[in-house]
Amino acid sequence: MQLSVDKRRWVTLADLLEGQQGVLDCLELPEDLARRLMELGFVPGHVVAAAKSAPGGDPRVFRVDGSEVALRRETARCLRVRLAE
Amino acid sequence: MSDCHGSAVELAQVRPSGTRKTVAIVGPPNAGKSTLFNLLTGLRQKVANFPGVTVEHRVGSMKLRDGREVDLLDLPGVYSLEPRSEDERITRDALLGKLPGVSRPDAVLLILDSTNLGRHLMLAAPVLSAGIPTLVVLNMADDLEKRGGSVDAEALANQLGAPVALISAAKNEGVDAVRNYLSGQFAVPKPVELPVLQDVPKCRQWSAKVGNQARYQPPAPPVWTRRLDSVFLHPIAGPAIFFFVAVLVFQTIFTVAQPLMDATERGVSTSAAWIGETMPETWWRDLLVEGVWGGVGSVVVFLPQILILFLFIGILEDSGYLARAALIADRTMARIGLQGKSFIPLLSAYACAVPAIMATRTIENARDRIATILIAPFMTCSARLPVYTLIIAAFIPERPVLGSFLGSRAAAMLGLYVLGFLAALVTARLLKSSILKSDRMPFMLEMPPYRWPTVRSLGLRLYDRAMAFLKRAGTVILAVSIGLWVLAHLPLKDGRPPKIEDSLAGTFGRTVEPLIEPLGFNWKIGIGLLTSLAAREVIIGTLGTIYGIEGAGEEGSPEQSVGLQQALQRDLTPGAAVALLIFFAFAMQCLSTLAVVRRETGGWKWPAAQFAYMTVLAYFGALVVNQAAIRGLF
Ligand SMILES: Nc1nc2c(ncn2[C@@H]2O[C@H](COP(=O)(O)OP(=O)(O)OP(=O)(O)O)[C@@H](O)[C@H]2O)c(=O)[nH]1
Ligand SMILES: [Mg+2]
Repeated sequence: MQLSVDKRRWVTLADLLEGQQGVLDCLELPEDLARRLMELGFVPGHVVAAAKSAPGGDPRVFRVDGSEVALRRETARCLRVRLAE
Repeated sequence: MSDCHGSAVELAQVRPSGTRKTVAIVGPPNAGKSTLFNLLTGLRQKVANFPGVTVEHRVGSMKLRDGREVDLLDLPGVYSLEPRSEDERITRDALLGKLPGVSRPDAVLLILDSTNLGRHLMLAAPVLSAGIPTLVVLNMADDLEKRGGSVDAEALANQLGAPVALISAAKNEGVDAVRNYLSGQFAVPKPVELPVLQDVPKCRQWSAKVGNQARYQPPAPPVWTRRLDSVFLHPIAGPAIFFFVAVLVFQTIFTVAQPLMDATERGVSTSAAWIGETMPETWWRDLLVEGVWGGVGSVVVFLPQILILFLFIGILEDSGYLARAALIADRTMARIGLQGKSFIPLLSAYACAVPAIMATRTIENARDRIATILIAPFMTCSARLPVYTLIIAAFIPERPVLGSFLGSRAAAMLGLYVLGFLAALVTARLLKSSILKSDRMPFMLEMPPYRWPTVRSLGLRLYDRAMAFLKRAGTVILAVSIGLWVLAHLPLKDGRPPKIEDSLAGTFGRTVEPLIEPLGFNWKIGIGLLTSLAAREVIIGTLGTIYGIEGAGEEGSPEQSVGLQQALQRDLTPGAAVALLIFFAFAMQCLSTLAVVRRETGGWKWPAAQFAYMTVLAYFGALVVNQAAIRGLF
């Protein structure tokens, strides 16, 4: 019964609207790229918030671990998050 | 060497002369490494508010308390010791002592941004494990305090087993601690066993734990940065502001700079006239008036404009807006196969292509990097500015285009900047869809907080620019002007110089004339095009010299009889003037750029191809324009 609730809450960073935030779950990216993103703050378990974007919504700035980092949608789509309550 | 304890003291011990110690400054990008380096050495490494400013190592000498000197090494910023790009590789190599010509550091200053300590501390583990005596410098203490954060440096030192200093490099606060450390007068805590963690999440856990023990209170989020971002990254206001600022720059160049330029020009011509009158009539008086004053003087006049351009670039870079511009540009860059990170070097190419080409070192993908190097010289560098201004002022009457906000001259200038940018985009598109094709690289860019550009840093930038510009005028342009003056007076006939058309220089110009006649250029412009291969603005000095000699020949008066603008109006049709502008927009007339492209790409292949491509484009672009004008097409 809890399962369905959880399923609904799995999204990617690219789905976050401006102002929304979620807890980073995993990075579905090649190892070296995932590593660099983690060095930039995208470590699983951290809260990531979607901030402003370039006109058109891509790339977007994300707030994570005290920094603001811009990512393209194609990259953001590979970062899975759980929406925070 | 595993005993870190007391190693800093060892550094201070008297060494046999000749063995200078090397101290490396390491840290994440934009943490303030170069700011500290400048403070300690008195040098002027470039400092700006975006990640990836420093892309090569730089050695500077620093005097210690006891009078001895050490070599301080400023390095590019790194996120970890696993490099992904050329600049990061340099820092890793420097730490390992593999950098050619630089010995392995005897000590390290690890600069971390105290407002972002949790993440920055991750770099402490690998750097401290390198086994080099290290002082951990927590920078931006002023910012930390202002935003209500705090950290216990002593507790952190005990956690890390390395001394810690909390400083503000920009405000010059607490920097004595760094000097004390290097002089061996700083308490070094007992070393501790540090985890060697390949795994980033574990490393982050460790840094969180260490931060907690050091009672680290992260600062409140930067309120103003968020406020400004909601304006600059607003879907409508953002691009509108961008456009507004760009127009403002060009309008300022023509309105504010014009009186300054006129004043400088008056100064130059008055002094030339004065020399002409007071000095005895000899050949070296003519050389001074026509060669030096006519050549160098006509270039120096453009100093105010260059300074205004650099003032705007300085504000752009110091405020942190540059990173936002790269963000906005990413979509366009993606369409041509590059990414927003390539935009940062391209923007700095508006100043000069040489540092821009160096700045491509931050681009991770080798093919993207080469493509960016190849298109950078299309961006309108500051050396083109004097040429554009001169021709525009001579041929385009000032009329309002958008009311008083944008005049026709500024609009023409803006058009040339856009033209260069379009040429760069199209070229990149061609390259990226053919020989330099590669997978799309992800775009990841840290947005720095906005900071106020300080009057001091802007002032220093302008001062350095002015000096560089005058130095160039006093060396390259002076040499070319004098050389040209001599060639324009030889061979002597019956002890008298020939008419300039028959001189060596004139003969040379007339030899190439058939080649450039279809573009609407005569032999004088031809000489200018040749000398401007050294550097673009040299054409102005050259024309200044030629017209100076001509004017003297005609009226027998030693001063320049007609201004450069009037002389050009006589020599060029309006169509040919536009052709000349197009030629300068596209041509690769800069030896320093070719040299740096060769160095960065490791051979002559790319610079040769680039030179050929740009020259062909410039020639045919100018040809088409001039022929179209002749046939009355516009
Ligand atoms: N408020 C504040 N700003 C600082 C301080 N130190 C440096 N800055 C600013 O931080 C920005 C980056 O400084 P740099 O010295 O260029 O940083 P860097 O570490 O050399 O950067 P990279 O060369 O890109 O790795 C500049 O805008 C500096 O003015 C400080 O102590 N306080
Ligand atoms: Mg630097």
